[in-house]
Amino acid sequence: QKTKESFLSKITKVIAGKSTVDEEVLDNLEEALVGADVGIDTTIQIIKRIEKRVAKDKYVGTSELGKLLQEEIAEVLVDAPDQSYRNFDVPAGKKPYVILIVGVNGVGKTTTIGKLAHNYKKAGKEVILGAADTFRAAAVDQLTIWSERVGVPIVKQAMGSDPGAVAFDTVQSAVAKGSDVVIIDTAGRLHNKAHLMEELGKIKRVIKKVIPDAPHEVLLVLDGSTGQNALEQAKQFTATTEVSALAITKLDGTAKGGVVLAIANQLQIPVKYIGVGEKIDDLLIFDKHEFVDSLFKL
Amino acid sequence: MFQNLSERLESAFKNLKGEARISELNIANTVKDIRRALIDADVNYKIAKEFTDKVKEKALGEKVLNAISPGQLMVKIVQDELAELMGGKEAEFNITGNPAIILIAGLQGSGKTTFTGKLANYLKTKKGKSPLVVAADIYRPAAIDQLTVLAEQIGVDIYAERENKDAVAIAQNAIKRAKETNKNVIIIDTAGRLAVDEVMMTEVANIKKAVNPSEILFVVDSMTGQDAVNTAKAFNDRLDFNGVVLTKLDGDTRGGAALSIQYTVNKPIKFTSSGEKMDTLDVFYPDRMAQRILGMGDITSLVEKA
Ligand SMILES: Nc1nc2c(ncn2[C@@H]2O[C@H](COP(=O)(O)OP(=O)(O)OP(=O)(O)O)[C@@H](O)[C@H]2O)c(=O)[nH]1
Ligand SMILES: Nc1nc2c(ncn2[C@@H]2O[C@H](COP(=O)(O)OP(=O)(O)OP(=O)(O)O)[C@@H](O)[C@H]2O)c(=O)[nH]1
Ligand SMILES: [Mg+2]
Ligand SMILES: [Mg+2]
Repeated sequence: QKTKESFLSKITKVIAGKSTVDEEVLDNLEEALVGADVGIDTTIQIIKRIEKRVAKDKYVGTSELGKLLQEEIAEVLVDAPDQSYRNFDVPAGKKPYVILIVGVNGVGKTTTIGKLAHNYKKAGKEVILGAADTFRAAAVDQLTIWSERVGVPIVKQAMGSDPGAVAFDTVQSAVAKGSDVVIIDTAGRLHNKAHLMEELGKIKRVIKKVIPDAPHEVLLVLDGSTGQNALEQAKQFTATTEVSALAITKLDGTAKGGVVLAIANQLQIPVKYIGVGEKIDDLLIFDKHEFVDSLFKL
Repeated sequence: MFQNLSERLESAFKNLKGEARISELNIANTVKDIRRALIDADVNYKIAKEFTDKVKEKALGEKVLNAISPGQLMVKIVQDELAELMGGKEAEFNITGNPAIILIAGLQGSGKTTFTGKLANYLKTKKGKSPLVVAADIYRPAAIDQLTVLAEQIGVDIYAERENKDAVAIAQNAIKRAKETNKNVIIIDTAGRLAVDEVMMTEVANIKKAVNPSEILFVVDSMTGQDAVNTAKAFNDRLDFNGVVLTKLDGDTRGGAALSIQYTVNKPIKFTSSGEKMDTLDVFYPDRMAQRILGMGDITSLVEKA
């Protein structure tokens, strides 16, 4: 809180009464944004926007400055076309709503599934989980514990079995049961491993055999402490599975997750959720103004 | 993006043919380019600045030989400096003591449990040791099961107490077990924790105090961004760890966090991990890492070619 204010007030002081943003302001801004993992390209673009805005509005009073910065940065972040996710509702005509969870190793996919399931259940939805990570040691056990915690059914097979088959079974069982939401866990995989990425493509195709327009959501989970590589992750996972939304985890630490600005800027993928802890309630709906605010906090 | 920093630097110096020495003036853009390349590789912003300032100082006044271009000379200075920073320390691995006690710590999901398995496998197959792995993560769902599966895969014993909610006691009991069963090295896998989580940081500090490890390894994901500095510093302040393990290097990250961490805590990178299989544990090569951070192939051969 203190640092955020001191940064903004510092900027405000330097910029006040000027019709242009000078080096000093930009240096400060650059340091804050780059230091939050926004990346240089996107930082430069944001700075240009701010320069333009200040040039247009000529004199910017000190009180408006913080707001202006906020607005220009938040502008980069795209909104999801359908806002029903905010209340954990299922969009009309998409029942069961199939969510495929993807991402690199250890980012928080399985934990996010537990939290999502909990929220959907709280919103009165029938949820079913699919344990399609049949690879990582004890991955099925981990998701099973989450399913018990939340109190929702899980579809699973033995370790080492075909993840596509598990996904197929899960979606089929959801249709048979009349479930509202299906969430499918997948094994963590690095985006530069072609065969593992192809496996994801296959899982997606198998799901379509049951419901042609599913998965309705492909949620890419990103670790908030990841740097510029997250941009490459977003690109590669999008290329294989058409990622439709992002979740950023581990924002309860000191990392800022600023790279999502770069991702939004280049790929126009909305952020929907943030993870702020390991407990069942530690999932928040992404709020872009709060997020931008947090970029400037210590 | 900066796949070819050396080429860029090359062209930046094209019109400087006549100048025989590197000067403040003709170096300005190059220094900026290098700084940018480092930041793009996730080297901490402030460290990238300090580092390039140091490089600049070194380069100023250097005579540009006919054999290499000024751009190449600059890259070489950067690379040597990087490699020295990352490889200048003694990186011995202490497995003396009976049993030798190794404590593994780090953020959530960084690769601690996987590394615990890999290290046990390495000590067993390459060093002729008989290891015992210890499940001191009492929080993560199925953490014990995960380590159990890995231990089975590599044929190593595991110590776990499913009902015990005291990680310190589990670690202490494991030492007793090791002595009873003639294990000469124990590897304690701990839960992932954030540096700002006071309760959890105290827990791991207490484990350290209780078992007095011969090695404490800080496990860090090579994809980490700017925050690597804060985390490494906080863990080092609490644990004074002996070395760093850099994981997930089989990805395509440039891995600038490695430099940030070295710069901040000055502890050697002792192992790297490049895969999920139990046999992909590697020692650390500073030169390769320097090249990776700069985003280029083998610069030394480039310089030789010129
Ligand atoms: N502090 C914090 N920890 C988190 C958060 N989300 C997940 N974690 C922790 O991060 C670690 C990895 O989480 P998982 O859910 O297993 O990650 P994953 O992506 O499923 O991992 P793989 O399946 O192995 O690729 C666990 O220790 C989680 O408790 C979060 O928002 N904050
Ligand atoms: N590709 C790749 N994956 C790795 C590597 N090391 C670990 N992983 C994977 O990363 C994920 C997290 O690894 P874990 O060993 O569970 O991490 P951890 O630090 O013990 O996690 P917590 O106990 O939840 O804090 C798993 O999916 C591992 O298989 C590596 O070097 N390369
Ligand atoms: Mg998982
Ligand atoms: Mg673990």
